Amino acid sequence: MDNITATIQVVPLNHYILLSAIIFTIGVIGVLIRRNAIIIFMSVELMLNAVNLLLTAFSAYSGDASGQVFVFFIMALAAAEVAVGLAIIVMVYRNTNSVDINVLNRLKW
Amino acid sequence: MSLFYFVSFLSILFSLLVIFTKNPVYSVLALIATFFTFTIQYILLNAQFLAVVNFIVYMGAIMVLFLFVLMLMNLNKESEPMKSNLIKVVGVIAGGTLLVTLVGATKMLQTSEVSALPNSDIGLVENLGKVLFNEFLLPFELSSILLLTALVGAVLLAKKDKRTQNG
Repeated sequence: MDNITATIQVVPLNHYILLSAIIFTIGVIGVLIRRNAIIIFMSVELMLNAVNLLLTAFSAYSGDASGQVFVFFIMALAAAEVAVGLAIIVMVYRNTNSVDINVLNRLKW
Repeated sequence: MSLFYFVSFLSILFSLLVIFTKNPVYSVLALIATFFTFTIQYILLNAQFLAVVNFIVYMGAIMVLFLFVLMLMNLNKESEPMKSNLIKVVGVIAGGTLLVTLVGATKMLQTSEVSALPNSDIGLVENLGKVLFNEFLLPFELSSILLLTALVGAVLLAKKDKRTQNG
């Protein structure tokens, strides 16, 4: 384990920020350009994971364990969110026979 | 050090695959691969507890949910109507603007270049457990209530409504 942690000690914190920013942006683009509700949901998961990774990196680099505890809470929240969100998608599919988000525009009125 | 860049490259590649493949099942598989690269990142950061939790929760529970719903709805075909090319281009441009903003803000940051981890043992189960059950005991219990309500809510939402079936 020592040599594994020794390998990362030369990675600057900036690179973790860049990686998380790129993954987060990919998630945002996925939400913007797709119409399948499940894939939009997966993009939201990507964004959550990017934030998790960045929080863990900050926590490890500043030597504070609270960040990792917070990541643990985010994971519990994400699990709850996925369960409820997929249930909603199943209901939408049952009522409209599609998971295309464009059929949901009747929610506007 | 090079392992970090290799794994980062893989996570970017797989997350691009998630949003650009037509077939939703391939998207889910790419998402599993992305989560696996994140697990490797956690191990590299010596956050072993988070690595194990990430592996179990994301690659176990959440992926099974996604695949189960996809297979249940029989969506494993490329039938998704795609958005128009104009919207795609605009979406990519908007995301790129966000990325440029974030990177530009990062350039202004004064982070320390030397990055010796001060105390690399904080990610171990023992230390995290002490912090979790001393300082964060109340949020921990509250999150269990959150999970319970999510469970009840998911069951209620996905259950077939008797009234609409009869009428």
